[in-house]
Amino acid sequence: MSLFTVFQVSSSAMTAQSMRLNAVASNLANADSVVSADGKPYRAKQVVFEATPMGNTGELSKGVRVRQVVDDASPPRMVYDPKNPVADEKGYVAFPNVNVVEEMTNMISASRSYQTNVEVMNTAKTMLLRTLSIGQG
Amino acid sequence: MANLEQHVSVYSQALNLRTQRHQVLASNIANADTPNYKARDFNFTTAMQNALSGRAQAGGIALATTSAGHISGGSGGGAAQLQFRKETQSAVDGNTVDMDVERAQITDNAMQYQILTQLIGDKFKGIRSALASTNS
Repeated sequence: MSLFTVFQVSSSAMTAQSMRLNAVASNLANADSVVSADGKPYRAKQVVFEATPMGNTGELSKGVRVRQVVDDASPPRMVYDPKNPVADEKGYVAFPNVNVVEEMTNMISASRSYQTNVEVMNTAKTMLLRTLSIGQG
Repeated sequence: MANLEQHVSVYSQALNLRTQRHQVLASNIANADTPNYKARDFNFTTAMQNALSGRAQAGGIALATTSAGHISGGSGGGAAQLQFRKETQSAVDGNTVDMDVERAQITDNAMQYQILTQLIGDKFKGIRSALASTNS
């Protein structure tokens, strides 16, 4: 029954969106982490989505997978704070390149996409249940 | 009375196509945030005509395989020929999924599917009542 592939597709999208939400959470949590494990300021993480074939239905079904998690290439935010122990010789502290506004919109977008995929799954479920009830009553 | 299957064969073909369309639309929605993904859909009317006339592919063209190593070409979608959706608002990342369109289409498709299941149910109900009336 090929409607079951819809569940695979939607759940792959939900997994991808929750990974995106995960990246947003760690970015926001580390928005002020001036020192990370490697001694440098934390760099914002972004997930890259990729379409991938699902099930054995050929071209019809395309799910989503996270191809890679990339570090944001934008430069760190420089804040003048000479009292800070990690300040450079000019008194500037390199803060993470996390853009809070961008992360918030990312979060809303991820949660909306997640919701929509849940709805698609529900629609497929209703369709399957209707198919099961053919010939009853 | 003709073969029982004949009564519902048109409906079942339509159901198959509706299922395939649901898969395509679900893929579009799933890939709403995938860069460079192009939204796809197929023309249901054409696909239904192809299915009814027994053509597997639109236009009835399939690649001939003359060697064991050949791969049979084709979209794999049976009677349905996938097409890219026309872009209304372009996105910077090359994605052409318009969520409003996809949501509307998937709801429409699900409703049509339910209508079909209802029609099949009614067909069987009719047959059943025809069978029951001979008993008395």
